[in-house]
Amino acid sequence: MFARALLLAVALCVAAPALAVPPIQTWQTATGARVYFVETHDLPMLDINIDFPAGSAFDTRATSGVAGLTEQMLRLGAGGLNEDEIARKIADVGAQLGGHFDLDRGGVSLRTLTSHDEITQALDIFSRVMQSPEFPAAVLEREKASLVADIREADTKPGSIAERTFDQLAYGDHPYALRASGEADTVPSITRDDLVAFYRAHYAADRAVIAMIGDINRTQAQDIAEQLTAQLPRTSDAPAEVPPVPPLARAEMKVIPHPASQSHVLIGAPGMKRGDPDYFSLYVGNYVLGGGGFVSRILTEVREKRGLAYSAYSYFMPMQQDGPFMIGLQTRKDQTAEALAVTRATLDKFIASGPTAEELKEAKENIIDGFPLRFDSNRKILEYLAVIGFYRLPLTYLDDFPANVEKVTLASINDAFKRRVDPDRMVTVVVGPEPTALGVAK
Amino acid sequence: MFSPDWVWRMALLYVLMTAMLQASVASAAGMSAQIHEHRLANGLRVIVKEDHRAPVVVSMVWYRVGSIDEENGTTGISHALEHMMFKGTKQVPAGEFSRLVAAAGGRENAFTDRDYTSFHQQLQNSKLPLAFRLEADRMQNLTLLQKEYAKEIRVVMEERRLRTEDQPEAQVDELLMATAFTSSPYRVPVIGWMNDIQNMTVGDVRNWYRRWYAPNNAIVVVVGDVQAPQVFALAEKYFGPIKPKILPERKLQEEPPQHGIRRVVVKAPAELPYLEMAWRAPRLHDLDKDWEPYALDVLSEVLDGNEAARLNSTLVRSERIATSVNVSYDDAQRGPSLFEISGTPAPGKTVADLEQGIRREIAKVAADGVSEDELKRVKAGLVASQVYQRDSMFFQALQIGALASDGYPPDAVDLILQKLRQVTAAQVQEIARKYFSDDSLTVATLDPQPLNGRKIEPMDMGHVR
Repeated sequence: MFARALLLAVALCVAAPALAVPPIQTWQTATGARVYFVETHDLPMLDINIDFPAGSAFDTRATSGVAGLTEQMLRLGAGGLNEDEIARKIADVGAQLGGHFDLDRGGVSLRTLTSHDEITQALDIFSRVMQSPEFPAAVLEREKASLVADIREADTKPGSIAERTFDQLAYGDHPYALRASGEADTVPSITRDDLVAFYRAHYAADRAVIAMIGDINRTQAQDIAEQLTAQLPRTSDAPAEVPPVPPLARAEMKVIPHPASQSHVLIGAPGMKRGDPDYFSLYVGNYVLGGGGFVSRILTEVREKRGLAYSAYSYFMPMQQDGPFMIGLQTRKDQTAEALAVTRATLDKFIASGPTAEELKEAKENIIDGFPLRFDSNRKILEYLAVIGFYRLPLTYLDDFPANVEKVTLASINDAFKRRVDPDRMVTVVVGPEPTALGVAK
Repeated sequence: MFSPDWVWRMALLYVLMTAMLQASVASAAGMSAQIHEHRLANGLRVIVKEDHRAPVVVSMVWYRVGSIDEENGTTGISHALEHMMFKGTKQVPAGEFSRLVAAAGGRENAFTDRDYTSFHQQLQNSKLPLAFRLEADRMQNLTLLQKEYAKEIRVVMEERRLRTEDQPEAQVDELLMATAFTSSPYRVPVIGWMNDIQNMTVGDVRNWYRRWYAPNNAIVVVVGDVQAPQVFALAEKYFGPIKPKILPERKLQEEPPQHGIRRVVVKAPAELPYLEMAWRAPRLHDLDKDWEPYALDVLSEVLDGNEAARLNSTLVRSERIATSVNVSYDDAQRGPSLFEISGTPAPGKTVADLEQGIRREIAKVAADGVSEDELKRVKAGLVASQVYQRDSMFFQALQIGALASDGYPPDAVDLILQKLRQVTAAQVQEIARKYFSDDSLTVATLDPQPLNGRKIEPMDMGHVR
């Protein structure tokens, strides 16, 4: 019996191919777009993602919503095709055309079969959407009306109100405070000219980052990259860099009453950026604090020990500049003060003394042993390619990941958290109870 | 997102829909990874699909128990038990399950639905024995301590507040189900009514565990970089010694016929109204002989399967009656099906406008049928999705487990796709005429209310920390 079990284990291990990260090929198109390509022939399909520095950070308070609407309108009329024709031609070949948008980036993605007719038609449409969007005025009016309705709806939901308030308090006048959707008082006045101008300024070829993975060879990939960028606006003088985020001067707390049964609690501050020298120490440390789900301290204290919440977590969202460090939970209103106290005590203790040696060991085991799960699908690899390309991370970012995690020490986590996470300069937002219920004067 | 458990009803509906619609063309494309099945002597079914693209594995255990098996007074008990499955055995005390999986580099979670309860781990392929050892242990040795239960049931209540009590659209959906069904247990929410959760005891949960958690009521699904014979041997080693149980009789609860439209309204704090319409519809019994559910699947795709589909094109884009519309039809399940259409009216439009628009679109299909172009487009989507879904091992395991748990044969996925590709325009028109009468319709709407009659204004509380 023992021998048999041993044999099985060996057989399962032998079946595993080497833990190789797929090689990334990279080059520039004639127009200066940077391309990151992984060739893989397991499935007869191709994923492409094109990003530009065109996220909501490139809006201003007065123009909030322009960046998002520009990205959204790309697919709603382009290259002589109206929105219905675009939708039909994409669906006819079983392709999927999507957009994505965050603080830093705006862009378009395509998933298609690689059989000849399918990929040809899908790329033709993608190419028009990318390079000759028309921003039809009538469609824009419809999208604006629908967007304003969505913004008003979001402003009734406790979770959205909490996030919105958090961003305003944590980022103040910095563009990371602007919401992706824009505001109910800015969207109505956005015009077609605003979108055309934003597109010309921010969707320039020399700013484009193309990520590609799938069943094509290098020559085909080069041709596709040229096809998708040859007609883009050439260059741009518009800023591509987001300004640095000023640190918070002091702690601040807002309590906003809401009729919902639960309070939504957010605690945090500007955190770290992509390529941050403290990235790995903060990342591994946060796994212990609130990133590691059931084995994290925050979930253990709030949920496992006290049953105060269903979801409780902390995370860093690294962006071009310091994206948020955030702790969040939701709890029945009358438990808010207790949940807040437990969470704050957990954070204070972690910053004061850091993880234990055992916790660090287990965090590393999870992150390093779980490493293959990070790139076990084309979709996940595509996301890494996009991030590596956009933020100019080393091409060996994935290969080096386990070694960089391994290097993190108790001392480096302690040091990084003490310098970077200061509870005395943090924002706390609570949506739900009356301020007096938290012992806060009205 | 960082939580171990999902009620996930809408997501699962979607998965099942896509499971049906994206069912395998693999045989045609010559790229089908074969599904291997083995049944242990104790009745446990083990289903394996090899996928050697990355050295990882998804391991799932599906129990054939969900809210469909529950009784009034203890609704939500399957879901409560799912939570308690992480609360320890003698050998693996509370919290240890998650700790061991995490330390092995794994990710894990679980969810409960109407027909089943499912637990899963994603790991490096060499760690599959750990997943089997832990799952086999909690299949038979759960301790269910009062001390742990008292805390966890409060977590379940918080989950219900988060997902339902404070979500107006979820409230509409809950009321729709409770209204559309009179007798079927599908009328109760998977998470349970709040009062039932409050009154539940650890004893109730223990009885539920003893009654339903047995190898002969479970299916193990493994997808990943493994060899099927070795997985079967591992399953034999870990699950083989577990004794089967005599399972309770499952009485067929046929839903009585509906004779007339049912309308209900939810008032809740919100800005936008919301509409859900649900018609009684048949489900798949005989995969080979039935044709109506396949025609309803295709109708659902014609209405809302892609950006070019009818409802998006007419109601959202051209007529601007809605800001969004969604169609869902669950053809493969243990209980009675509904064909559901939901949506949010565009600014200036009412739920009545949207209801009228939806009725008109159905009537158009009934009167004029669907075009060959539309059918071709739907089928192109099916063929492509079959390739795309293979990018995710997790999705493949979900699809296999859901169909198997609902009692369909292991080759169901292939057969269903074949059948879907044979659906004709005439069949789609016929079911559009047959199943969309007002007599079998339930309509639920959200009547948005101001938040305490006042506008929400943030108050600056200064710096109190």
